[in-house]
Amino acid sequence: MEKKTMRRKGNLFSLIPYYIWIFCFVIAPILLVFYYSLLDLHGHFTFENYRNFFTSVYLKMTLSSFWYAFLITLFSLLVSYPAAYLITKTKHKQLWLILIIIPSWINLLLKTYAFIGIFGNKGPINAFVKAIGLPNQQILFTDFAFVFVSVYIFIPFMILPIFNSLDKLNPALIDASRDLGASKLTTLRRVIIPLTMNGIKAGVQAVFIPSLSLFMITRLIAGNRVITLGTSIEEQFLTTQNWGMGSTIAVFLIIFMFIIMLITGEKRKGAARNGKAK
Amino acid sequence: MEKLNKRSKLYLTFVFAVLYAPILFLVFYSFNSGDSMTNFKSFTLSHYRDVFEDTRLIVILINTVVVALLSALISTIIGTLGSIGIIAIRNRKLRNMVLSLNNILIVSPDVIIGASFLILFTIIGVKLGFTSVLLSHAAFSIPIVVLMVLPKLQEMSSSLIDAALDLGASRRDVLTRVILPFIKPGIFAGFFMALTYSLDDFAVTFFVTGNGFSTLSVEIYSMARAGVSLTVNAISGLVFFVTLILVLSYHFITNRQRLGAHK
Repeated sequence: MEKKTMRRKGNLFSLIPYYIWIFCFVIAPILLVFYYSLLDLHGHFTFENYRNFFTSVYLKMTLSSFWYAFLITLFSLLVSYPAAYLITKTKHKQLWLILIIIPSWINLLLKTYAFIGIFGNKGPINAFVKAIGLPNQQILFTDFAFVFVSVYIFIPFMILPIFNSLDKLNPALIDASRDLGASKLTTLRRVIIPLTMNGIKAGVQAVFIPSLSLFMITRLIAGNRVITLGTSIEEQFLTTQNWGMGSTIAVFLIIFMFIIMLITGEKRKGAARNGKAK
Repeated sequence: MEKLNKRSKLYLTFVFAVLYAPILFLVFYSFNSGDSMTNFKSFTLSHYRDVFEDTRLIVILINTVVVALLSALISTIIGTLGSIGIIAIRNRKLRNMVLSLNNILIVSPDVIIGASFLILFTIIGVKLGFTSVLLSHAAFSIPIVVLMVLPKLQEMSSSLIDAALDLGASRRDVLTRVILPFIKPGIFAGFFMALTYSLDDFAVTFFVTGNGFSTLSVEIYSMARAGVSLTVNAISGLVFFVTLILVLSYHFITNRQRLGAHK
């Protein structure tokens, strides 16, 4: 018994730096954001920021941010699900999975930068457009470019959790469904998709929340045409220097994040472990 | 197992092509003697030479690597100790609370982490620059290390520790000779992940870096905003090959460990 308490005490001591971290870098920052959301430009206590948030300018921005995040998540899912499914069917599936993951390790900025060249006025896409006899298209700085690049960035983070859940799926269940006379489509709809719902939810979570807060893709690819919650926070903090308003938007982003996690959450730890989506 | 039909193969090929095309596109034009990403004039290595001759870039590169290594080291130590402590918490409610607090930074958008850290550093008077970037990187890497180490600790049966204690091992012996060797793969994985998180981070760094200190991501951002520069292409060529080597060697090492464990 004495030994046990000794052991536990020793272990609990190792928590001291960890607890300091939790206090300084998890709890304090959140409290500070809430506190600053109640301050105006001169540091006076006020609810004005919250009143401002409910004006049409910010509500519109929030809506459009959600709309883009929805589109990005939807297209990522539509591309990723079949891809993940097909990868589980390949012979060297672990190898193919690594090949999917490798691009996600390349610096985000570099991948985004690549599209400045690809979508540019003289880029390969426009060269192709011209070759088939169409006029030059403005692709860079459009909504399409923004959604495309974001989907491109998020695909690996969507494929990974879906692959994991598909891989765990017992193939006997699919055989059983076929034997019982279900068509391929029915099997997919009634067996495969419901059983891999956790993977889908994890993937949606890993894509939707970051999509709400993107800011550098909007600047580089959408040319300030698209404003997301993230863009707006960055602007308030670093350009306008209105930390109060920035914090207020951040508070709402945190609230949205919790709601999304409640909807897509599973009982067991999910998305966080499946990838490095941020 | 059913074979993939032609259409499926085509689809997979297409996905892979799209995933790699931008990266290869960048690398391809890094060898262009012209000065844009449009028409390829002739092969040259001059942009790579530019990277290595630009002392400012070299300094930034060193900054990036130093911050990554140091922050990964700090977060691995704190995270590993933390996990060992978390396992010892007997109160389930408390343990679950600690674990939820642990995950907050992983799911939080970078923008919020960056903005809140900026407020924090300003209030406690940490000068923006190397210190603030290092602290932030260590801070957001700690929960990842915990997530890598914790499963290993859960795998370990507690009778192993009891046996060591019964055989007269001191607490320190138990830690260094029983626990740490057992969870070593988790610790390495955590360190590696922390390293890549740090190398990759842009948004948080962008908030907490002041004037005068810059990491590669932040520098690429300002270069890209200024317009196309093939120096960035050369950097991406280098980054791509280094990443490829890192990922493959990491995979090779962990695979060998797994195989070794089965023997």
